[in-house]
Parts: sequence; structure tokens; C-alpha cells
Amino acid sequence: MAPRALAATLDTLSTSPADDAARGPARLLDVYRMLANVRQLDTSAVAWQRQGLIPGYAPMLGQEAAQVGAGFAVDKTRDFVFPSYREMGVAYTLGVNMVDYMSTHKAIWHGGLYDPVASHFAPFQAVVGGSVLHAVGWAHGQTLNGASLGGLGVGLAFLGDGASSQGDVHEAMNFAAILKAPVVFFVQNNGWAISVPTEQQVAGGSVAARAAGYGMPALRIDGNDVLAVLEATQRAVAHARAGLGPVVVEAMTYRRGPHSTSDDPGRYRTLDDEKIDGGEDPLRRFRSVLVEQGVADASFFDKSDADAQTRADEIRDGVVALESRPGSEMFDFVFQESTPTLGAQARQWREESEHV
Amino acid sequence: MSESTKSATLEIVRETPLLQLSMQQAINRALGEILDTDDRALIFGEDVGLLGGVFRVTDGLQQRFGANRVFDTPLAESGILGTAIGLAMAGFHPIPEVQFDGFAYPAVNQIITQLARMNYRSRGTLPMQVTLRVPSFGGIRAPEHHGESLESLFAHVPGLKVVSPANPQQAYHLLKHAASMPDPVIFMEPKARYWNKAGVDLAADEDIASLEGSVIARPGKHATLIAWGAMVSRCLQVAELAAEDGIELEVLDLRWLKPIDEAGLAASISRTRRAVVVHEGPHTIGLGAEVAALVSQSCFDTLRAPVERVTGFDVPYPSGDLEDEYIPNIDRILFGVQRVLEYRRG
Repeated sequence: MAPRALAATLDTLSTSPADDAARGPARLLDVYRMLANVRQLDTSAVAWQRQGLIPGYAPMLGQEAAQVGAGFAVDKTRDFVFPSYREMGVAYTLGVNMVDYMSTHKAIWHGGLYDPVASHFAPFQAVVGGSVLHAVGWAHGQTLNGASLGGLGVGLAFLGDGASSQGDVHEAMNFAAILKAPVVFFVQNNGWAISVPTEQQVAGGSVAARAAGYGMPALRIDGNDVLAVLEATQRAVAHARAGLGPVVVEAMTYRRGPHSTSDDPGRYRTLDDEKIDGGEDPLRRFRSVLVEQGVADASFFDKSDADAQTRADEIRDGVVALESRPGSEMFDFVFQESTPTLGAQARQWREESEHV
Repeated sequence: MSESTKSATLEIVRETPLLQLSMQQAINRALGEILDTDDRALIFGEDVGLLGGVFRVTDGLQQRFGANRVFDTPLAESGILGTAIGLAMAGFHPIPEVQFDGFAYPAVNQIITQLARMNYRSRGTLPMQVTLRVPSFGGIRAPEHHGESLESLFAHVPGLKVVSPANPQQAYHLLKHAASMPDPVIFMEPKARYWNKAGVDLAADEDIASLEGSVIARPGKHATLIAWGAMVSRCLQVAELAAEDGIELEVLDLRWLKPIDEAGLAASISRTRRAVVVHEGPHTIGLGAEVAALVSQSCFDTLRAPVERVTGFDVPYPSGDLEDEYIPNIDRILFGVQRVLEYRRG
């Protein structure tokens, strides 16, 4: 497994004062509860797809520590997360309405039904690397607004090793470094871009290593160690918040499941590969830590897992109850101010579709 | 209003001297006023700061408003557009510039998959008040990719609005209007017309409705020439020449390429009963095809001839030496007019 920090610039990052609180027992238990919630919802969603409740889903099995750890470092009142399509764990940790989040997987609405502004979580993003530049622009806006007491709002761009091949990610990192924008590029290097392994995707083997070329600090961490992720992300966020510019965090993790429920990993990797490359389950690892530290025992884990099941069932009920949006919404949200042409199409649709 | 008051008012209007501005100056003036009145407006792009843009359209604005409001970006068009989207998400009103039409292509992914859809994807919670200025079309003997017509590409994309001014007066008012709209607008500046001066009435912007839809640039009765951007002045030249032969051509300046003013087209062509649409972009799937379809839909019974299209050809935009062979010239437009005038059914 990758060492917790490889980049030489690590020591230049300031340490967030929140670090100590993050290590407190109550916080550790919260982190575990969220890991359990996310694991349960993720595995449930795969089952929902098999049951026909949702047409498809992109599992994040194995990336729980990376996503929950990062999510706990976000200040929900002033930071803003720019996800891709596999950030369910970040959304859950941020408190996004998860029925509204899962609505995109039920093919109800592409961006999801949650309010991105209120949630501080940008719409579900299908374009690989598509939202990374948005994080830079949003973050530069925070600079232009001027820092309030306690520093700048930070834009967190979530991307993967596959997205790191996109030209937009280069442009985003260069713009951010030039503008000194308060951005954290949070890279989940999960080993696979659908069927293509990292070694055929990322020349040099590390996205974090590229940061040096932009004059940016970078942290390369064990993304399956939730506390390492939390600490690294907090430090990166604190650096950006202080107006010191962008940071790359590369969390080395593993996509234990398929790319999506339509994917068949058997065509490009074996179960033995998965067992060896995946390493120890991040939840099991964190349970060991909590037990070693005497913070939690089996009854806590049982209770957390049962609560996670209850919450997943509640979300399932919500997803089952989700109704199709009225077809008129196809037309309603194209513009803030619609056009005569579009209005005529909407009227014709209504007349010819018996939805009068 | 009594007759005497009315004539007095007209007298005052006539006495107000119109400012003589080039389109480049008119746009520069509009940008300055936008930055002055809207403190969320930002201008950025390649060389728009200290240099004032390669066409000097942003000349002096960084000095006047500071490097936070008017700033140079790295040379990367996708980065410019993606950053604009993020700034709009943060509540700003970006007015980015892409230096030349053909260099909007690297930004097309961000424009189509993000800018045009963010309002839709977010169910109206993340409006994209972004005005993308693109020096457009040909006619200046420039290198490759400096003379492209992108209107049919952008007009085809749901979620975008597209406009092109034909003269300094329009450029000034349409840009201020576009920048105030809560939706993304592609503002196509006809670079061949940047230096032509004409009168600008700065006060004429009180009526927003007058900035929507098309305008009749010259009334006529035998056929309507439909054009936008730099082709409007060329069509006016054609109308002038045709008038010498007793042919009265109406020139309809479409202005908005999305949404297209269907009612304005129908009103003109139901009177003239003949239409020639003129554009620089390639023929096939050019915006002229859309115009022809709309006209045949609304004026089928009154049309005396099929709608003619006088356009660029289905070839890559040629080198400057062949530019005049490619862009519709006066003769080719007159041939188009002749075809609709001489057409006989059966």
C-alpha cells in the first residue's frame, strides 16, 4: 500500500486546528457510523438495481474511507463540493438528501433532485473531469468576494485516475495555480477507469506528482485509511482556506466493485487480482483501529450497522415513492427566460401527448 | 400628446447628435457600462487585460476597473469557459472572450455539456448568466481558424441563445441586453465590421422589446434578403444596386440566431413573397436551412419561389486569398435574387 504521504511538499502545509477534535472519540464514532451508512446504502443500491427498482448504479465499494474521510473535512456552511458520478459517500457525509441524490440513478432527473445550492454539492456530473474547472471558477469567486473571518470558502473537485487524463484537468490545475484559487483537487485513484488500469492511464503512476509542475503542494495518501484521508484533506482545505492556493490530494484506493451495474469486471481482472490489489476492507481496518484504541466494541458496530440498514431502508422507501417528473419539466428548466420557439414546442407536446 | 408637443419632441431628438463609433468602440463602451452598473460582471480571456484584446475591444477596461474585474487567463479556451461556469455558480456574471471563432472549438465541450445544461441539470437553481463574446466570421484575410461561422453549431444546442449585431448601434445595445439576461448568450461579433463607424444613439435602450427579434434594415417589396452579422451591410449594398434597376429588396436583419424571430420572418415574407437567405457559414445544415424551413412553414401559400440560400460552400474556410470566392459577394447575392424573381411554377 502507498505510504501515507509521499510528496515532499507535505510539510509546507499548515495543520488545521480541527485535527485534534477530529481524533476525539465522539468524532471517531461518527466517522464509523457514516462509513457504515455509506457501505449499506451502496450495497443496497446494487441490490435495488438487480430488483429492477433502479436501472443502473455506479458502486463505490472500497472507496468509503476516501469519500467519508474527505467529506468530514468539508465545512458545509462555506465550502462547495464538485462531484463526479461516484461520490455517493461524499454526498451522504455532507448531508445531501439521499433520496433526491439517488433519484438520478432512478432516471428521474440527470442532476439529481437535491438543491445543489442549499446542499453545497454541485449537480451529479456524468462528464469525466467535467466539473473540475467549475471548482476552480467557484473558488476564484471566493477570492474575489474576499475572505471573511476564518478564511475563504474552498472548492473541492472530486476526480479519479481516469479523469486525470482529461485535458480539462490540466487546464483546471494550471488555472487554479495561476489564480491561486482555494481549490482542493481530491483524486480518488481507485486503480481502474472502467477496464483500464492506472498503469495504462496515468503516466508516471501518480497524479499527485504532477502538482509539482504547477507549483502546488500535494499529498499522496492511503485512501483506505479514513483517518489519514480526513487529516490530509483537512490540511489541504486549511491551506486553501488561508489563501495559500490549491492543493492536490491523491487518495490511493481500490474500486472493489464493477464500474457500474452494467459492467463485467471478469472480462478484465480476476477475483484473485481483486483480493490481492484491493487489500484489507477499509471498514474492517477502521473497526480494528477503534477496537485497539478502546473507543468502540462489538455492540457499537452492531448498532451502527443496524442503524445503517434502517436508514438505507428509509431511503429505499423514498426512492420507491419517487414519481416521474411531469414531462413539462423538459421545457421548464432549459432557460431562466424561455423562448417563443420553445414555448410553442411545449404547447405542441402537451396537445399531442394527451397531457392537457 | 398634442400634435405640437409631439413635433417638439421629434425636434429635440433630431438635434441630439449621434455618437460616431466603430463597432469595436461601441462594444468597448458597452462593456465599460456593464462593469460600472453590475458589480458581479467580470471580463476575462486571452490578452483582454493590459493589451486590451487583440481587437482592442477591452481597451482600457483593466486600467479602469482593476485586475480583479478584467483579467488575463492562461491560453486555454476550455479553461476559460469552465472557469466562467464556476464563477456563475458563485453568483458572478462572467463575460468571457474567446479570441477567435475557430478557437471556440476547444471550449465546445464545456459550452455544450456544461454551460448550456447547468440551469437544466440543476432545475433552475444554478442559472448561467454568462455572455460569451466571440469575434466571428471572415473577411479579414486572417490565418486558418480565424474566419469561422459557428452559429449553426451553437444554435443547435438546447440551452444557448445566440445573437450577432450588424452595426455599432446594435452592438452597443444588444451586448448590454445580453449581459443582463439570466441565460448563456453567445455574442458573435462580426470582426470584419469592427472598424466601420456609424451613429450610435446611446439612449435608445429603454425599450427592451426593441432589442428582441429581428429588424427591417431596409424596407422593400419584391423580395426579402435575410442576413445577420457582416452580411447585413453587404445585403444593403445589394439592395442599393437592385434599386437602380427598379427592384425593391427588403433587408431583414435577423440579429437573434436563437431564438429566431419566426413572426418577423413571416411578416416580411408574406409581404414580399420571395426570400433569399445569405450567410457566410457552409451551406449544408447552415442556419439558412432553418430559416428556409420556417419560411416555407409560415408562408407556403404566399411564396412565389422556393427560398434561395446564398452561402459559403461546404469546404473548409479557405485561405485569405480565396476568401472573396467563398463569402457571398454582391454578384452571388444578385444571382440568388434573380432566381427567386424569375422562378415560375411548373
